[in-house]
Amino acid sequence: MVADPRTTATDERLDALTLPAGNGWLHAARKDALGRLRAVGLPVRRDEYWRFTNPAPLVRVAPAPDAPTQTDDPFDGVDAYVITIDGDRLDLPDGAPDGLEITTLSKVAEADIHWVRDLYGKLEAAGSRPVSRPFAMLNTAFATGGLAIRVMAKVSRPIHIRTIGGTDPILHHVVKVDADAAVTILESGTAGARSNIVTEVDVADRAAFDHIRVQGPDHARHVNTHLFARLGTGSAFKSFTLSANGQFTRNEAVIELTGDDATAHVAGAAFGRDDLHHDDTVFVIHDACDCESRQVFKKVLRDGATGVFQGKILVKEGAQKTDGYQISQALLLDDDSVFLAKPELEIYADDVACSHGSTTGAIDETALFYLRSRGVSKRVATDLLVLSFLTEAVDEIADDGLRDHVGGLMADWLSRD
Amino acid sequence: MTALDDIRVKEGVDAETVDAVKALSGTYKHGWNTEIEMEYAPKGLSEDIVRLISAKNEEPEWMTDWRLEAYRRWLTLKEPKWAMVEYPAIDFQDQYYYARPASMAVKPKSLDEVDPKLLETYKKLGIPLKEQAILAGVEPGPEDRKVAVDAVFDSVSVGTTFRKELAKAGVIFCSISEAIREHPELVRKYLGTVVPQSDNYYATLNSAVFSDGSFVYIPKGVRCPMELSTYFRINAENTGQFERTLIIAEEGSHVSYLEGCTAPQRDIAQLHAAVVEIVILDDAEVKYSTVQNWYPGDENGKGGIYNFVTKRADCRGARSKVMWTQVETGSAVTWKYPSCILRGDDSQGEFYSIAIANNMQQADTGTKMIHLGKNTRSRIVSKGISAGRAQNTYRGLVSMHPKAKNSRNYTQCDSLLIGSHCGAHTVPYIEVRNNSSRVEHEATTSKVDDDQLFYCRSRGMDEEEAVALVVNGFCKEVLQALPMEFAMEAQQLVAISLEGSVG
Repeated sequence: MVADPRTTATDERLDALTLPAGNGWLHAARKDALGRLRAVGLPVRRDEYWRFTNPAPLVRVAPAPDAPTQTDDPFDGVDAYVITIDGDRLDLPDGAPDGLEITTLSKVAEADIHWVRDLYGKLEAAGSRPVSRPFAMLNTAFATGGLAIRVMAKVSRPIHIRTIGGTDPILHHVVKVDADAAVTILESGTAGARSNIVTEVDVADRAAFDHIRVQGPDHARHVNTHLFARLGTGSAFKSFTLSANGQFTRNEAVIELTGDDATAHVAGAAFGRDDLHHDDTVFVIHDACDCESRQVFKKVLRDGATGVFQGKILVKEGAQKTDGYQISQALLLDDDSVFLAKPELEIYADDVACSHGSTTGAIDETALFYLRSRGVSKRVATDLLVLSFLTEAVDEIADDGLRDHVGGLMADWLSRD
Repeated sequence: MTALDDIRVKEGVDAETVDAVKALSGTYKHGWNTEIEMEYAPKGLSEDIVRLISAKNEEPEWMTDWRLEAYRRWLTLKEPKWAMVEYPAIDFQDQYYYARPASMAVKPKSLDEVDPKLLETYKKLGIPLKEQAILAGVEPGPEDRKVAVDAVFDSVSVGTTFRKELAKAGVIFCSISEAIREHPELVRKYLGTVVPQSDNYYATLNSAVFSDGSFVYIPKGVRCPMELSTYFRINAENTGQFERTLIIAEEGSHVSYLEGCTAPQRDIAQLHAAVVEIVILDDAEVKYSTVQNWYPGDENGKGGIYNFVTKRADCRGARSKVMWTQVETGSAVTWKYPSCILRGDDSQGEFYSIAIANNMQQADTGTKMIHLGKNTRSRIVSKGISAGRAQNTYRGLVSMHPKAKNSRNYTQCDSLLIGSHCGAHTVPYIEVRNNSSRVEHEATTSKVDDDQLFYCRSRGMDEEEAVALVVNGFCKEVLQALPMEFAMEAQQLVAISLEGSVG
């Protein structure tokens, strides 16, 4: 009998990894994830949730050899508490703002009982139903590092997690935002030739979580991220990702609104060329009343780049008065680029207003003509229209200063693209 | 779900109104059964059964081989599970694959020789099979449009009307079994070229065991003088109906084709797996309208038809056009995606759909628009309505291939939920592989608007009437796309299908 390619690939990959030693709760959580992973196996191309993105770069034992080059700190100039993860080195600098408890995964593992225990791998496991997320399971089992952040008040300065170096890091962050607390987390970095980053976020009642992530213009990177969030009553969740270039990016988000009156906004702006493959896979679950969710994703693709959007709004039975919105748009700058989308709605409650829209096309000729008739060169006119198209996603960032900063960063990267 | 009898009549509503609504709504109207002597092939599926069906239809050898090839292929396939429908496993050996009225053993020469009980059945369904009825009996008014009908009863076609008049125009409209015998060159050239034998599980099963269906051939430059219609009726118990329709529209021709389906009310679910293939050449146009009203099962999900249908139109010619319009109100389980392959440059595909699922019905339906040619256009308007404990899914694909330059697609999928125990889902796939094309997709899900309901109620309508009116308004864009004969029926069907969904 011929062995199933999924099993073979899974075995090969797992054989090359070592489960970190230990015997506490963390080890139990790792073993649990490994068990779940073995049961489903790593994905293959014909899996429904990988139909638009070939998982092979994430499955193979060793990452592609060319490592990304370092880039400048994209949040340079923003007043933030910066934590740098350089390969396996993770030092917590002094000067953390008040209202925070920050520690590392390795330290947490030594503690007998810790709040992280109630979250680590828990949201990830919940987010793997009904669709399994094998790379997140792999992450929970084999994470080599990560941060545990507890937010106990409204934190004045953003926390910037800057990930650089390393070849194939597996990072797992856990964030718990207590009731009425608020925090802004910035994330940046190239993080090696291949990186697998899972972030689990528990947002308690009336708390606020703001997340801004930039994935810089480093061509060689292969990135797979998962963001799992659980939202309490009246809480507010926001996440925005700017991606420039990169051979392979798959950003998954699973957000569950479990308390009434919660809001979740997820947005992304991405652009790139050539063999860029950029995939946003978002799953928003409404399991409470009077909640609002919003997804805004924009991509600009040229010279054969591929953009993917898979977004789903699930409204469970009883989640009445839900307001769900989703838009995915792609601008194809030439005939070789491709946009593949699957915007889904699955609704089991009747008193809801849910909608989604998706458009794909070339640059608006009328707008281009207008600019050219005003003496603007074609190149500049195209850049302007691309910028204005992407800015609609950047506008989802609530904080004025950060929005301007990210907008400026995007314009700068676009001009160099 | 309460029947109408249980509804509390509110003060101020007179008995007449209640009766009127009862008459309008009622339960499934076509659930009766015709007592007629049937001839069955033995239960179950095997190469022998396939050969038997082929022999019964007096088919040439190439056709028998074609069927057997499909059957062998089918044995290697697995039943697809990706649709959002759940049903108990189908025992394919516990079905009759061939059933025909005993009186049809010797093919009747004309409609006069057809068993009166059969004609009665169609009369009861409101379908006049006897052209004399129109030609001699009742003088048709000037506005009355003629419709030629092919009626399929279980496995066989019982009669096709207006054949002489159609023949004058060169149009061939007959049962597919007849076409295989009389026009083998046409059937052989086109059968399986749009939906290949190996296309999918149910289409492959159909290729092996299809017993009858309709065949339409419109010659070059002919505008079919009347609308063509096929009426499908499943009557026998434990019988699967597998009809196959083949429509060929030669260059510059035009035809409008209607399809209706009903079945008796039975406790045991019945299988229906049809295939429709349409070939459209340069400048030709085909309009295909369906009112699918198979028995949906009772309010607890007992019985009903499992409807697994593959319908596809191939716009092979330049500037060819196809328009699918469907009103899906029946069936316990629906699995149906009428598709358009827009191969010819400047070809057009349109899909208008109303899918209503009430009680325990499950519908997973939508369309595929595959743009291959330049300047191709497609439009999708889908209206899904869920009530009771039903699940209604729109599933569709819009694919712009690299060579489909300057193409356009517009998709609108709206879902309406009535009651808090049903589900409405949208699963569109969008694949764009060139940048001169534009694709737009919009979908909304909402409930019946309270203000609109209140307005209707304040004008003296009861709740069910008001909901039916609002829902009809919601479906307006699709209802308008239906031929007149169907539009009226469809409007009433919308109201009937939602019976018991409020209160």
